[in-house]
Amino acid sequence: MFLNQNKMNQQSYFTHLDALENEAIHIMREVAAECANPVLLFSGGKDSVVLLRLAEKAFRPSHFPFPLMHIDTGHNFPEVIEFRDYRAKQLGERLIVRSMEDSIQRGRVILRSKNQSRNPFQAVTLLDAISEFGFDACIGGARRDEEKARAKERIFSFRDEFGQWDPKNQRPELWSLYNARTHPGENIRVFPISNWTELDIWQYIGREQLEIPSIYYAHERDVIVRNSSLLPVSYLVQPEAGESVQHMMVRFRTVGDMSCTCPVASQARGVEEIIVETALTRITERGATRMDDRTSEASMELRKREGYF
Amino acid sequence: MAAVENIEPDHAELLRFISAGSVDDGKSTLIGRLLHDSKSIFEDQLSAVTRTSNKRGMEKIDLSLFTDGLQAEREQGITIDVAYRYFNTPKRKFIIADTPGHEQYTRNMVTGASTANLAIVLIDARKGVLTQSRRHAYLASLVGIPHLVVAINKMDLVGYSQEIFKQICAEFAVFLQGLGFRSIEYIPISALLGDMVVERGDNLDWYSGKPLLDYLESINIEHDINVLDFRFPVQWVCRPQTEEMHDFRGYTGRIESGTIRVGDAVTVLPSGLTSRIKEILLYNDSFETAFAPQSVILTIEDHLDISRGDMLINGGEPPQITREFDAMLCWLSEQAFDPNRKYIIKHTTRIVKGLITRIDYRVDINTMHQEPVNILTMNDIARIGMKVQQPLVIDAYAKNRGTGCFILIDEVSNNTVAAGMICIRES
Repeated sequence: MFLNQNKMNQQSYFTHLDALENEAIHIMREVAAECANPVLLFSGGKDSVVLLRLAEKAFRPSHFPFPLMHIDTGHNFPEVIEFRDYRAKQLGERLIVRSMEDSIQRGRVILRSKNQSRNPFQAVTLLDAISEFGFDACIGGARRDEEKARAKERIFSFRDEFGQWDPKNQRPELWSLYNARTHPGENIRVFPISNWTELDIWQYIGREQLEIPSIYYAHERDVIVRNSSLLPVSYLVQPEAGESVQHMMVRFRTVGDMSCTCPVASQARGVEEIIVETALTRITERGATRMDDRTSEASMELRKREGYF
Repeated sequence: MAAVENIEPDHAELLRFISAGSVDDGKSTLIGRLLHDSKSIFEDQLSAVTRTSNKRGMEKIDLSLFTDGLQAEREQGITIDVAYRYFNTPKRKFIIADTPGHEQYTRNMVTGASTANLAIVLIDARKGVLTQSRRHAYLASLVGIPHLVVAINKMDLVGYSQEIFKQICAEFAVFLQGLGFRSIEYIPISALLGDMVVERGDNLDWYSGKPLLDYLESINIEHDINVLDFRFPVQWVCRPQTEEMHDFRGYTGRIESGTIRVGDAVTVLPSGLTSRIKEILLYNDSFETAFAPQSVILTIEDHLDISRGDMLINGGEPPQITREFDAMLCWLSEQAFDPNRKYIIKHTTRIVKGLITRIDYRVDINTMHQEPVNILTMNDIARIGMKVQQPLVIDAYAKNRGTGCFILIDEVSNNTVAAGMICIRES
């Protein structure tokens, strides 16, 4: 709690962030108590940074009752990978990394081209890692405000032995009585920050003074303007004929696969400025930054059914 | 989220509400209107909805499309389940549980209503109070939602008639009297044209109350939680077992009701052992006092054997410790109740085997009549008797939502099959 003693004594001072934080802590502890072998998915992105703070609040002074895991697409921004390792070490918690590169080597993932987006194939590596370690629950940082398929997802979201999500066959979820029971081979995806919005996340990062990867803040970068999005120039993304490279101030709202995660023009160098921009912004987080969610209206729904987060 | 004044994290409270009504009542249009007029719709969502509206040959945008969900639903023109929507104003952050109005209504509404502070029941001004209006209000009261808003919609189609509004209010008030809501507000609106939703409009000048959004922003919800009876179900025992914290034993959990202070006497149930609160902790903070619904760690003065599923209480009205109790049950599963199957009950943080020993009656939710039955199928609401393998520490749902609710899980399929609200007869 970031509330001071005076506020604590005043019951009316229970803000929406307090409510969301307390709900998330309760959810994390339910996972720890009811699941035999849970894992927390930590990518280094802002939502999972918030998850880690919530886990600290739920479990300290103990160690976390689960390891952290990252599914590395091999297309991550280097600043984010560096941050991921730094934060895990700082917390003194165990970090498992499973990389899609290995899935490609083993022939589990077959790409059409070397530089295509790897987001669609993350599910394969994730499901392989789940079965390798026998995880029965994966705690993730997905939020219901991100996308309409997510708006219908439970906080404890059941996946069958193929890792699939069936929107028509979800367990009813009432009060805060979560059903975490699984048979061997099945697992539960748990989303403690389901009810948070992008603005809540930024407000919480500000309130808790959380460190996040530098590329969330405005910085100078070479970008290409393509289909009204800004694409970051990297070894994966090079200008095509007729396109020019511009050097400008940008920040990332999400930090996924480098080949399809687009920054937005921004001067926001600190959390406060980002909060103002977020409150003013007119485009949803995924709409602005994910090329892969735009391929079809139902792309997220389809990917989730296949086992994606 | 368009205006800078929408950023006031320190003062925004959270209000969860459910909107009850069918497509015909204009429920989706109302939610779309709230989102649109409170500037919570994003450009890309707006342009997608505008495109679809045009494709369907509509002149204006169809506000109901904002709450459209999955591909499967759009193809069939139905809504499958509870969807959650978010919007905020300078005063509050809102979570809407949006539940569809077709045949699985009871199950979905009970699910969405279980966490709500407030329910909006929509009535079509042209049709007046219908069976379903009564059904929606009954379900909201069954699940213990404290506040009810009766939104009388489509006022534009009855010439904004005050007379019609008054008639509907008077008729519904008679029915609502016995349902136990803490507050009831009647608001005339036109979701389609926007009157009295976010803006007052010019057509309902005779109405002196607040527009719907103003009302949602200002209704007092502080007293909805039971502040008297301290209930702390232990979730997980924190034992770092490091050298410097060798003896540390903290009990993690969420305060379901009441408040607690350092030094307060506590009783552990069901064992009945007693001790005093030594510390109230969370992460780097320690507190003198804590209150529902905070998640904290408690340490106590004595070494007692306490584990998940135990409950700490102090003073106030004592809960019951029992293996048998009555409840109102809502059957949620497509698979009917089967006395030969084994069920597990999850109540607070305790999971035990349970049996339904009696079905007293089923409630016909259209007439509220009680009827005898032997079987329970999806969407049934029934009064039942339960027996459980180990004692539970329970309160009446009407007194304490958190310690009065439970779910039933099928032991073989692991599905959540029913939701229960405990009834305790006054002795």
